[in-house]
Amino acid sequence: MSEMESLYREVILDHYKNPRGHGVIEGADVEAEGMNPLCGDEVSIFVSFDGERIDDVKFRGRGCAISQAATSMLMEMVKGKDAAEVATMSRDELLDEVGIPLTPIRLKCALLGLGVLKLALHKAKGTPLPDEWAGLAEDLELK
Amino acid sequence: VAVTAEARLDARKLRADFPIFEREIHGKPLAYLDSAASSQKPRQVLEAMREFYETSYANIHRGVYDLGERATEAYEGAREKTRAFVNAESTREIVFTHNVTAALNLVAYAWGLDNLGPGDVALVTEMEHHSNFVPWQYIARRTGADLVAIPVDPEQGELVLDDLDTLLAGRTLKVLAVTYVSNSLGTVNLLERLIGWAHERGAIAVVDAAQAAPHRAVDVQALGCDFLGFTGHKMCGPTGIGVLWGRRELLERMSPFELGGHMIRKVTLEETTWNELPHKFEAGTAPIAEAVGLGAAIDYVEDVGLDVIERHERELLDYGLPRLAEVPGLRLFGPPADRRAGIVSFEVEGVHPHDVAQILDWEGVAVRAGHHCNQPLMGRLGVPATTRASFYVYTLPEEIDRLVEGLHKVRTTFA
Repeated sequence: MSEMESLYREVILDHYKNPRGHGVIEGADVEAEGMNPLCGDEVSIFVSFDGERIDDVKFRGRGCAISQAATSMLMEMVKGKDAAEVATMSRDELLDEVGIPLTPIRLKCALLGLGVLKLALHKAKGTPLPDEWAGLAEDLELK
Repeated sequence: VAVTAEARLDARKLRADFPIFEREIHGKPLAYLDSAASSQKPRQVLEAMREFYETSYANIHRGVYDLGERATEAYEGAREKTRAFVNAESTREIVFTHNVTAALNLVAYAWGLDNLGPGDVALVTEMEHHSNFVPWQYIARRTGADLVAIPVDPEQGELVLDDLDTLLAGRTLKVLAVTYVSNSLGTVNLLERLIGWAHERGAIAVVDAAQAAPHRAVDVQALGCDFLGFTGHKMCGPTGIGVLWGRRELLERMSPFELGGHMIRKVTLEETTWNELPHKFEAGTAPIAEAVGLGAAIDYVEDVGLDVIERHERELLDYGLPRLAEVPGLRLFGPPADRRAGIVSFEVEGVHPHDVAQILDWEGVAVRAGHHCNQPLMGRLGVPATTRASFYVYTLPEEIDRLVEGLHKVRTTFA
């Protein structure tokens, strides 16, 4: 498989074209958004909770295939999990799922959704933003 | 390949001057279609800088020793070449800066802070690069003046010039800041008409020629503008050297911008007086070798011929625009070939520009993807970003073929 074929492998394109958990949760418990100013990738994430459990999570956004597909994969990974568990999820866990080689620039695209989700959990449940995410938050203009 | 004309530029031959084309990208020859961001460098420029460093380098203007004088001569020689390049009346009107952004900031600060106020209008356009937009927005805010932008017709990719007076709404036009050639759309603006209109209203006209000077003959006296900026690195020269040409009487009256060494005449504990033009605006150690490199770059593009370069890029557009238009799902921005420079921005339906550029990169085709420092324009076009291909002296029609083939690959990947 060539470098290009592995970056745009089928599962990435499938998530890009048919994003999972795409949309808005009306009356969500919390909402957060972020953008990658370098690329103009944008992601908003909506979460509703059942106690501490992520009952439902959806996103909307626009941007490159990597940012949108990685966020779509993330939606599948975190639904039904506890907020505290997701808040400490390592970036490698998501990157393993994305499963493609990424240059430093594209890495930010892939991690945008996770940054926005962690911010949403922080806003709703006061979960800590790990140091590495605090730095990323500045890069990605999370709010 | 149907590219023919009488005085043709031999791009294949010129490519031999540019060492970068000796390397491959992802195992393929480099098709460098990003010259609007920065051009590649010919040996002549690299060698001129190397020779200067090896044989004539010292700081300038103060050394009484031989090397200092040689270095000063080389630096001031570059200024004379630059003067002739834009047909300025005097080298006193040629200020070396670090890039075109620095040149435009110089005008916005040194002229704007003292000349703008409430009730005044600083008029820009929606297609300005941020470097000719943000300084005016900022200085207008600082002085209480209004920033107004001439709109762009998103379909034509050209300025809407029908009703300029209405934009002023009774306020006083003080400065028109306009780009000669749009860095996103390639649009060549009708400067003479705009500048004439601004002057009739007593305003000055500031021209961003960053995308013009490398590609067509620029004549500040024929244009009739008051300030004009351009940069070396987009015209075969090094980074770190830009040019501000300004009308002498304006430069004389202006306060300095950066303060420090060399720009002074006399410094006492009580007060400081300023050096004569252009040194009043060249504080600190100048980009000396970079100026020498710019001089060599001017020699290079003049040897090729600015009119020949302009025609070459026009031929590439005549060939490339219809070829690109054949790609399904491709939306081209900007005016027809006869009203544009060698810059083509487009959108591939359903594919983000960064994905387009990434796939093209694996084909050895280097294009730019993003907002091109043109966020207000992107808003007007209704897109977050575009993919942009831009041409220069070394661009071959086959490279446009490779771009088109790559775009078909983008379409297949995302089908």
